[in-house]
Amino acid sequence: MQTELETAMLNVELGDALTYNVKPLLHEIRHALAKLLNDEGPTVIDLRSLPLAPGEEEKLLNTLGHGEVHASLNALGPTEVVETGYPGVWVVRHYNTDREVIGKFIEVCDIPDLLRSQQDDIREGLEQLQSELA
Amino acid sequence: MSKDETLGEALRRQGVTRRGFLKFCAATASMMALPPSMVPVIAAALESARRPSVIWLSFQECTGCTESLTRSHSPTVEGLIFDSISLDYHHTLQAASGSAAEAARETAMEENHGKYILVVDGSIPTDNPGYSTIAGISNRDMLEDAAKGAAAIVSVGTCAAFGGIPAAKPNPTGAVSVSDLVHDKPIINVPGCPPIPVVITGVLAHYLTFGTIPELDDLKRPKAYYGKSIHDRCYRRPFYDKGLFAETFDDEGARKGWCLYKLGCKGPTTYNACATVKWNEGTSFPIESGHPCLGCSEPGFWDGGSFYRAISTPTEDLSKAAVYAVGAGAVAGVALGAMNRAKKQKSVDAHEKVTIDDLDKEK
Repeated sequence: MQTELETAMLNVELGDALTYNVKPLLHEIRHALAKLLNDEGPTVIDLRSLPLAPGEEEKLLNTLGHGEVHASLNALGPTEVVETGYPGVWVVRHYNTDREVIGKFIEVCDIPDLLRSQQDDIREGLEQLQSELA
Repeated sequence: MSKDETLGEALRRQGVTRRGFLKFCAATASMMALPPSMVPVIAAALESARRPSVIWLSFQECTGCTESLTRSHSPTVEGLIFDSISLDYHHTLQAASGSAAEAARETAMEENHGKYILVVDGSIPTDNPGYSTIAGISNRDMLEDAAKGAAAIVSVGTCAAFGGIPAAKPNPTGAVSVSDLVHDKPIINVPGCPPIPVVITGVLAHYLTFGTIPELDDLKRPKAYYGKSIHDRCYRRPFYDKGLFAETFDDEGARKGWCLYKLGCKGPTTYNACATVKWNEGTSFPIESGHPCLGCSEPGFWDGGSFYRAISTPTEDLSKAAVYAVGAGAVAGVALGAMNRAKKQKSVDAHEKVTIDDLDKEK
């Protein structure tokens, strides 16, 4: 026996005429990859700044797929970094400690900056190691 | 946290690594609707930023704006921003009350004279000051006093920015906005009923990062969030362009997610970030959930006609206007004008002046 809510949910249809932001974004990524190969530097796309229709972000990310790298960071909450099926195209998802999204980016680069160890942190680590060995 | 510490030092002291700080800057850039290329600039600015004192005054408001803000959607980022400001007075959130609270406010204002940020939510009654007071001080007096030493004023919510619901007809309290009363200080309007949480913190983050006011439009709203209309960013725009509209809330068009223009959507005349930033951490916004936009970030939206009649609906029944048009050989638009003028003349003629005799009769 279906509840009213269940019936209501079944009646919501996802139109197949979604907005066509997926293709232009893929083209933007294509241009960014060419730029990267040409030594013109990385490109970062903020996914939260774009008017994506429901389901479009999923479509885009499914098209990009998963590659060889999956990194989980734990800095001020979790961050997931995935290299897509297209080398050089990374998806970075920032979450806070309550697992709420605080940032979603597509980075076209050889490695997202966040994965690199930072000079200040290395320096502090060295000082700590020195005091431990003293 | 010491007031002389920079934000960078404060974060480091709290155990935030450089990597964590960069993540924080990336999320802040996104929150401020700045391009990711600005992250190094933000990082440099935040590192050396000092903690500004913030005084929050709540006037004729429903507390929705404070509620919106405290739905801390990214407690890490927004929490850090709030930890990095010194919220010296907020009568809903603060622990102190009564004369202790008022003393704290006065001390903060004195110590930071010329440098504190004044945040205001709620409209200010000008009719009878007794309509809204805090500790016996009328809203108007408190605002004018606090504005004197403020570096900038942020009017949060449509009430503080434009008068909001208290100012809707017939405006019994004589409610006005902050910019109606304060003319000699920089004012940033952050309207919305309520505003999107990240918009509020984004504006504060901007001031914290750059020490300047973000670029504003002619209604003093930050262009980063209010620069585009909902209509221009709405994902249902292709349906509008193709003339596919939902006619009722449960027809085929509604189920297929077609444009809600005919159901009263005020998207075309409303400027806000709802269509891109969305609500509840990017979950959805009214149109995506099937309800037309109310236009809540625009002045006078409560008096802007029914929420459920399309913007293009004229003020009079078109069939009547058509009769006038035939009679006078005039275009429908001119006919409406003629109808309205005739109505006005009728009411002027019907107006009876009250004389002293009428008043005496009532005795």
